[in-house]
Amino acid sequence: MTNQMKRVYAAIGKQDDFPQGLGRQVRLGMEELAVFHTTSGDLYALENRTPHRKGGSLAEAIVSGHYIYCPLRDLKINLEDGMVQEPDTGQVRTFHVKVEAGTVYVELIGQHDKSTELALSDSRSGGR
Amino acid sequence: MAEPNMKRRKLVLIGNGMAGVNTLEQILKLTNAFDICVYGEEPYPNYNRIQLSYVLEGSKRIDDIILNSREWYEENGIQLHTGTKVVRIDTKDKRIYTAEGETAEYDVLIIATGSKPFILPVPGANKDGVIGFRDIADCETMIDASRTFKQAAVIGGGLLGLEAAKGLVQLGMETTVVHLMDSLMERQLDEVASGMLKAELERQGIRFRMGTKTTEVLGGSEVSGLRFADGTELEAQLVVMSAGIVPHIELAKESGIETGRGILVNDFMQTSAPDVYAVGECCEHRGVCYGLVAPLFEQGAVLAKTIAGIEAAPYEGSSVSTKLKISGVDVFSAGEYLERPDHQVLRIHDDWHGHYKKVLLRDKRIVGAVMYGEVSDAPLLTRLIRDGALMTDERYAELFGGGTACCGGGNKESIVQAMADDEIVCGCNGVTKGDIVRVIQVDGLTTVDQIKMKTGATRSCGGCKPLVEQLLQFVLGDSYQEQQPVKKGICGCTTHSRDEIVAAIKGMHLTSVREVMMVLEWQQSEGCSKCRPALNYYLGMAWPAEYEDSRQSRFVNERLHANIQNDGTYSVIPRMYGGVTTPEQLRQIADAADKYEAKMVKVTGGQRIDLLGIHKADLPAIWKDLGMPSGYGYAKALRTVKTCVGSQFCRFGTQDTIAMGIQLEKKFERLWMPAKFKMAVNGCPRNCAESGTKDLGIVGNEGGWEIYVGGNGGIRMKEAELLCKVKTNEELEEICGAFIQHYRETGNYGERTSEWIERLGIEHVRAVVVDDLARRQALAQGVEDALAELQDPWQEVIESEKLQRDYYQAVEVDVK
Repeated sequence: MTNQMKRVYAAIGKQDDFPQGLGRQVRLGMEELAVFHTTSGDLYALENRTPHRKGGSLAEAIVSGHYIYCPLRDLKINLEDGMVQEPDTGQVRTFHVKVEAGTVYVELIGQHDKSTELALSDSRSGGR
Repeated sequence: MAEPNMKRRKLVLIGNGMAGVNTLEQILKLTNAFDICVYGEEPYPNYNRIQLSYVLEGSKRIDDIILNSREWYEENGIQLHTGTKVVRIDTKDKRIYTAEGETAEYDVLIIATGSKPFILPVPGANKDGVIGFRDIADCETMIDASRTFKQAAVIGGGLLGLEAAKGLVQLGMETTVVHLMDSLMERQLDEVASGMLKAELERQGIRFRMGTKTTEVLGGSEVSGLRFADGTELEAQLVVMSAGIVPHIELAKESGIETGRGILVNDFMQTSAPDVYAVGECCEHRGVCYGLVAPLFEQGAVLAKTIAGIEAAPYEGSSVSTKLKISGVDVFSAGEYLERPDHQVLRIHDDWHGHYKKVLLRDKRIVGAVMYGEVSDAPLLTRLIRDGALMTDERYAELFGGGTACCGGGNKESIVQAMADDEIVCGCNGVTKGDIVRVIQVDGLTTVDQIKMKTGATRSCGGCKPLVEQLLQFVLGDSYQEQQPVKKGICGCTTHSRDEIVAAIKGMHLTSVREVMMVLEWQQSEGCSKCRPALNYYLGMAWPAEYEDSRQSRFVNERLHANIQNDGTYSVIPRMYGGVTTPEQLRQIADAADKYEAKMVKVTGGQRIDLLGIHKADLPAIWKDLGMPSGYGYAKALRTVKTCVGSQFCRFGTQDTIAMGIQLEKKFERLWMPAKFKMAVNGCPRNCAESGTKDLGIVGNEGGWEIYVGGNGGIRMKEAELLCKVKTNEELEEICGAFIQHYRETGNYGERTSEWIERLGIEHVRAVVVDDLARRQALAQGVEDALAELQDPWQEVIESEKLQRDYYQAVEVDVK
């Protein structure tokens, strides 16, 4: 139980690089993220890939509060935990985000454990 | 009550359809004591068979009707064998055998093999091109056939046959329903309702041969037509047999399980073999085989409890009601439907509104009903008929208006009050009264839409909506009525209608999406993907000069001015006025396609060139290289003006259509509309540019032009109607402008002109945009004001580094 790993973050840009009310695609090594800046000023990072089995990107979603509406099939997704809202189902991998001195950092390993392993082999198949 | 040490038991389900899988869902809610294994002959996971009509009609895709994805089976630890036929059951050894020779043991077996179409025993019935309407493969055959062949015959004028026929008409086939009887759906409807139905379906393009007996299917190896008892023939390259269904009992029968018309079951769905159960259309209960969906859920509920070892009330049969799933045709029938001497008959027949309602009583009890046109009392009547309820003055008032009950008597509560908790409310999705009451009480839901989102009830055919409303009323009491306006909001975020919102925007001078949402007290403060784009449109329409477009409220395509594709790339369609191009333009397009590695170059249906597979980051650059404006192939705006060659070259041409097409396209391009908008200009009635299926189609003649409006070549095909004839080009342009502006001002966001004209009536539209000169000119001026504010969006992006950065470029980060 003491196996607490140190969190590793990567800088992905200035806060101003992420316009409010929109998402932006971020390529971070092997990962492709969609980073959203809500109108209330919060930043969230998700894997840039809809959980819908047919795939597609999320960065172009409509942002409403801390929810997004997927650009291809209109799934409603909670930015906080990546959960797809009813009546659809699924979950998007989320990445922890922090802002220090105007710079935005994301944690390198997604917090949604179940799919971490998958992501290592699978993360390139999302749309680009 | 399972013993704690008991080892997991094996449950095998034969038949991967709605009845069987619904039973599994219900079992999983009760217990996880089983290892479950499912065998299905079709290569798909469980899908919503009743919605095949929508697939055929084109309003849904196969993916949309899948009820349980393969992931669902995985998540629930269910082994799924699709495309696998079970050929034998050994009820002594408790084993099943598949066609591939595999075998599996069971402790409990459920047979849910459903039914198959009844194929008429006439010569030639086995020819290619003769099919039933039962599964996805049948649907695909019909869709394929419609691409090659012109004529279809549907044998059988019942529910399924009519749905199939409507689908085939929708697919563009000349379709004849051949029916043995003299009236349609004669097992559900009386002659009056049946006659009204036939008239409406004829209006929708279905042809009928009534009282006609098919004696032979003609053709070589492939069907070419039908011959009838009177010696006449009908040409058809596709024949759909829908004269009834037959329970699929061969497997059970050959395995020694007792069968009649179906597999015989008792009130707990048990067959004659130990631990073998049957459910759905394959079984026969108390002499009845059901062919509708609601009984399947009722049977499944009893079976699930029985298998889980929970005491269940016996299944005592279902009273069935019927609803036809054809858009725009509302028919309902339940219980007895033909009048007999011992019936008391209550009837309203209103040819003006096209309504018909008949209720049959025996000894003052309600025993049957038929409705056409207006069917909102369907759930109430279903209920009353099933209970054999007494007719009272209150009920009379509720069903027929007037009478002695005072307004808003509130006695609708009693219907849902009397329902048992496990009674099905939504037959399409198997949602019970208990499920709905729970989400109202536990999750605090207060609207039908919320309940739809949470449980799926009302999501498919919508027939149970009145019942869900009554449950809300029943559970929430007066608080429901208070906060429930009769009208419906434009989305789940608001209770305001489109008209109220537009009135508020204009009346209170609201000028931003945010302001509208605050003033009108939106429930989700930043709205949803339905209302945001709609408000953005209404604001732009109301304040063309003042309003600043909210790019963030637009869908991806209109935000990026390109069309997103399934692989995340985009398509680029440059404007090519009137469909006319030049060698120079073509060279530029070819160079750009090479440079940006377009995956495909395609000529569109609207006479344009589409470059597919362009990466988002390359969009600004390719636009710059092309040096052409946006063709708006992605937008709710004027898409294209198609033209024929016209008098410049064509020997039949009466007018210079190309010049007129270019003039109109240059005039109205970029204008935002409630929905996409297509135009065409033709030089003669041959209509090479297809004016008949355009929102605005123009046909030239020697003396001037004819203007057609409201055509649609998409999901709901509709022929354009003649708006008026004009003599001069000036008049043509003015009326086009007035028509477009009237549509912009009064259309609901997302509503095509075909639907808009259906709603307003062509006479109204003509009165406003043609006859009333003052209004016509005011509208034409309105369109000028809107046009004055627009510029090419591609150029705007080319010139703005900020737009390029914010919308088109990804952030690249190296990770060491």
